[in-house]
Amino acid sequence: MNARFDEIWVYLSASPLLGLTLTLLAYQGAVYVNRRCRGHPLANPVLLAVAALVGLLWLTDTPYATYFDGAQFVHFLLGPATVALAIPLYAQFERLKRLAVPLLGALLVGSLTAALSAVAIGGVLGASRATLLSMAPKSVTTPIAMGIAERIGGLPSLTAVLVICTGVVGAIGARYVYRALHIEDDVVRGFALGIAAHGIGTARAFEESEQMGAFAALAMGLNGLTTALLLPVLIPWLLP
Amino acid sequence: MIAAITLLLLFQLLGEVIAKTLALPIPGPVIGMALLFAALAARGGPTANLRQTAQGLLQHLSLLFIPAGTGVMLHFQRLSDEWLALALSLFGSTLLTIAVTALALRFLARRRDVRSDPP
Repeated sequence: MNARFDEIWVYLSASPLLGLTLTLLAYQGAVYVNRRCRGHPLANPVLLAVAALVGLLWLTDTPYATYFDGAQFVHFLLGPATVALAIPLYAQFERLKRLAVPLLGALLVGSLTAALSAVAIGGVLGASRATLLSMAPKSVTTPIAMGIAERIGGLPSLTAVLVICTGVVGAIGARYVYRALHIEDDVVRGFALGIAAHGIGTARAFEESEQMGAFAALAMGLNGLTTALLLPVLIPWLLP
Repeated sequence: MIAAITLLLLFQLLGEVIAKTLALPIPGPVIGMALLFAALAARGGPTANLRQTAQGLLQHLSLLFIPAGTGVMLHFQRLSDEWLALALSLFGSTLLTIAVTALALRFLARRRDVRSDPP
């Protein structure tokens, strides 16, 4: 009986089916818990699902690479989903044109704050150079951030993790910042969340309203471009 | 739905080809998004089919970050060595960025109509 179970386990753990199914199950479970908590930001679906999966992989002694063999099919959809962001963005086209100048100003301020404050706080607290370089692009969407980290000498896989953590912190923390500063407009709320917390902030913004989501998506795209252009120039000057 | 997915992948592919050919630092999907936006502007909006597919995909955007997020397990050593600097810098910088960007946008847009749809 036990030997038979081992055989099944060996077979399943070598197939992508398990990693894929577990990812979807963890997500559905996380969404269920999130709904039960009436969408409270602390019950963030990404955070809950990642915690469950890391726990499970650790308990079963499964390497990340084995899990990713299956999960990569979900990971792949990030590409088409990024392209699909053009559609909610287009729905805001008129408002976008009217706000072009303020949005570009806020983009520049936000993009610089995101990179410089991370490096400054981490540097003061004694983080290593590799960690600082991996952290600088933390507010940018994962694929761009990994590319930037590679160019400036950080560790791309560490950057991916820091990017996700940043997204979760932003998605959870934004409501408290907005409450403290009395920021109520969905355009402003979405844009700031997209600058600071990329796709995970955008996902959170779409849960609030389509308009907030569209401006978060816009901010995420623009911040990706801006950071990719600015950081390779700024880093030699910041961390010589 | 298949037609819409094909279109999204086609724009992504186009974006990847442009990014690689011109050696741009911007990833292909982001260029694909810009191209699709331009196409929608030229055409006057998405088809109902494309809109539904995009909505379905974006509704579950959180799901798509789970595989990369689980990669946190590869970095436990470094994370536990530098946890304080990492945690304070991630929290501080992210919340500061949200506050600064929101205040900057509110200030810069104060004379314009930012509020919801005009009557």
